[in-house]
Amino acid sequence: MSFLESFWQQRLELLLSAGRGAGADLVEVFLERGDRLGVMAEQERVTSVSPAFVTGAGVRVFRGKDHGYRDGFVSTNDLSEAGLLQALDQALGMLGLERNGAAASADFQGLPALKDYGLSKEGWLDQSPGVAVIAERLLEGTARLEQHAQHLQARRGSYSRDWQEVMVAASDGTFARDLRLHQTLGLSVLAADGEHRASVARRFGSTDHPEDLLVWDADGTARDIAASTGTMLYADYVDAGTYPVVLANKFGGVIFHEACGHLLETTQLERGTSPFAGRIGESIAHEAVTAIDEGLSNRHFGSIAMDDEGLEPQRTTLIENGVLKAFLSDRAGEWRTGQPRTGSGRRQSYAFSAASRMRNTFIAAGPHSPADLIGSIDNGLYCKVMGGGSVGPTGQFNFSVEEGYLIENGELGKPVKGATLIGDAETVMPRISMCANDLDLAAGFCGSVSGSVYVTVGQPHVKVDSITVGGR
Amino acid sequence: MLNPDQLHDQLSALAQSHGLSRWDMGASCSTDLSVQVDRGKAHQLKGAQRSAVTVRVWNSDGRVGITSCSDLSADGLAQALSGAAEASAFGDLQDPPDLSPRSTEALDPLKREPQATRPIQEMVQTLISAEQRLLDSHPSIGTVPYNGLSQRRGERVYLNSLGARRHEERSSASLYLYARAEEAGRKPRSAGAVRLGHGTGELDVQGCIDEAAELTISHLDYAPIDTGTYTCVFSPEAFLDLMGAFSNLFNARSVLDGLSLSKRESLGESVAVPFFSLWDDARHPANLGASAFDGEGTPTARLPLIEGGILRQFLHSEGTARQFGVASTGHAGMGAKVSVSPDWFEIGATPGAGCGDTSLNRFQADGVVWIDSLSALHAGVKASQGAFSLPFDGWLVKGGERRSIEAATVAGDIRQVLKSLLAFEGEAQVTPDGLCPHVWVEGLAITGEA
Repeated sequence: MSFLESFWQQRLELLLSAGRGAGADLVEVFLERGDRLGVMAEQERVTSVSPAFVTGAGVRVFRGKDHGYRDGFVSTNDLSEAGLLQALDQALGMLGLERNGAAASADFQGLPALKDYGLSKEGWLDQSPGVAVIAERLLEGTARLEQHAQHLQARRGSYSRDWQEVMVAASDGTFARDLRLHQTLGLSVLAADGEHRASVARRFGSTDHPEDLLVWDADGTARDIAASTGTMLYADYVDAGTYPVVLANKFGGVIFHEACGHLLETTQLERGTSPFAGRIGESIAHEAVTAIDEGLSNRHFGSIAMDDEGLEPQRTTLIENGVLKAFLSDRAGEWRTGQPRTGSGRRQSYAFSAASRMRNTFIAAGPHSPADLIGSIDNGLYCKVMGGGSVGPTGQFNFSVEEGYLIENGELGKPVKGATLIGDAETVMPRISMCANDLDLAAGFCGSVSGSVYVTVGQPHVKVDSITVGGR
Repeated sequence: MLNPDQLHDQLSALAQSHGLSRWDMGASCSTDLSVQVDRGKAHQLKGAQRSAVTVRVWNSDGRVGITSCSDLSADGLAQALSGAAEASAFGDLQDPPDLSPRSTEALDPLKREPQATRPIQEMVQTLISAEQRLLDSHPSIGTVPYNGLSQRRGERVYLNSLGARRHEERSSASLYLYARAEEAGRKPRSAGAVRLGHGTGELDVQGCIDEAAELTISHLDYAPIDTGTYTCVFSPEAFLDLMGAFSNLFNARSVLDGLSLSKRESLGESVAVPFFSLWDDARHPANLGASAFDGEGTPTARLPLIEGGILRQFLHSEGTARQFGVASTGHAGMGAKVSVSPDWFEIGATPGAGCGDTSLNRFQADGVVWIDSLSALHAGVKASQGAFSLPFDGWLVKGGERRSIEAATVAGDIRQVLKSLLAFEGEAQVTPDGLCPHVWVEGLAITGEA
């Protein structure tokens, strides 16, 4: 089955026409077919191989300004004509509308020619590695861990493949299809020596390149994990307090993503929960900070040929030299807040309606070297590897530091664990006073209103003049 | 509607055509409705019709393969079975799961009739009314940015080649209201409340409004807290969250994988103060997610995990139980490698052991941190290390007066926490995650935001 088979266009046109005929201002249908695979290796053997096949559709019906910009969304696993019409009926019913038998809309003239972003990608699923190759690479990774690291109690390697065919059709003439391929591969360990314990993990993410698994550096990843494990196994807990900190590049960018990026999505403007609402043109960060969100870069985890509303992505400058320039917007966000769409309408799957979400988000490189940043601090904390975090409804954030080092008299000191960075975006953004020249990005997952989506976070090394560090 | 007999016959025939005699299958379908409102208007209305099937097969080598599919039609079943047969070529021979011998035991079904769903427009009106009443409860509450009312009705089956035919239906509903309040010259504050029920008619809407309002208002007057070591009292929700995050203590799968804080020989060891006991009860009447059988068809039951501070039992799947030489406890998922997870914790005093220092009263305390809710558990808990460092919402109680803490984290080690319990205060309360009283803990590190 492929959504290129001609009956799908007819089925979509039937839905869009019937929805418009019932009085909807806009009808959108998102079709998805997924082929997923998870593989796990532990120690010297493969312990789980889990394929999954998914098909589903999300039908969304809008009513515009005269009806308060409302929308109803229904998802279903039943892609038969009857199943899709049932979903449409339910979505219409949510807005007080009713399909009038076979009546079609006079002003819906059918879908235009398909914008097919998937044409050159038809072979990706077949080109992605099979289970035997994946198992070989995972076992190579766990063997390298055994080779390089000490005091290991558990070693794991895991792989996931998410192949999607998606098609979006809307009554405004949107008609687009794409094929997507995301692969992740991770290694993790738990080390223990008496009462000392440390868990360390690294994950590699690839988009659009089936062969990337083959070029993954198992040995380098294992060496990196081994080095961190050896350091963190005997690390002391950090003393709580307020310090200047240097955040490393790559995944250090998770702080900007969580603490500030989410507040620049129109879903937050709609809720009235962003402190940056109505502040375009104002300074909201230190002049050293320029921040960008884009969906275009080759190989980056958050890159997309089209967003989940059929729009091509853009490069969106969010903050330039500290001044707020733009928000990230989707279709509903544009309707409800007036912020123009940026190709940022994203969703985990057919089961979610699209919302404004980040793609590849990063702070731009600055003029300094990382050593300049560390050298400028007498007593502080270097956050080499960040863990996860979250941001609350009033903008306060928290992030765990997986691997930290004290900074003493401008130099790195002993390793510390157990640190949590807490603060709020409005306070912290003006305190990012120095950016280094080593911008780099890391793949990640972002969970929010429209599910978990693939993203990239990134930054160069940055210095925050003062931030609260939770510890013991 | 799922028809267990029909599905069983279909799978049997498909398995036979692949030359497979050992198989099992889990399937589910559900319908969901949810609404969100924004300042008196419907904001987002959602519905879903879901179906899912997972098929496992054992090939002639004894290797297990599994495949999941969202299509419950005959084509979907065929795809799932065929995929499982292919995947079985890569099955693990060293530690393969087997069919649970308890999957054909007589089942004591849960006596809960699924409740009828309400029309979506009625749900919208209920939520708009709740939002308005919450906004009216205090002038500083300006919005209720996070809110939702949802209802679900679903059913699931478990079938296998031993003849197991498990089937159950359930319904549930939830309401959450999360208010945002702001006073001039002060930071915005927020808090919320949740109510669950078997249907929307069971939801305590006014209770949810009152709790959300009371909590939000209580955080309007806030102050930073000095960093230091404090005696803390956890709300039932917060303590259950903490215990849930460290449930690897009881998880036989984690023990076998070397990822648990416990070892095989930990059973019988003292892990908590003597008055502390903890049970897992999938069938508790207040557990809205209650199920009569697990992912392998094994019946669920109430189990003592810690009694009198002593670790008594681990949670098991068929596979872990086999390795420990015990019976499965009904805590399995379904997989090529079967996961084990807890259901619903019941925490309370050990019979005859008192409940700690009975003089402790959080309303008359002095210099005590009252932790109402923990957040970011996914990031701040190192489950395999026992360590946690978590942001929380709560109050500093001084001279019996409580004042909201501006922003802070609490850090510690779960093993130390269980040995440092001072008391249970008050009656155990029902929460979405279990049953627990307020819990006093000595000597936790608190970091305040300067």
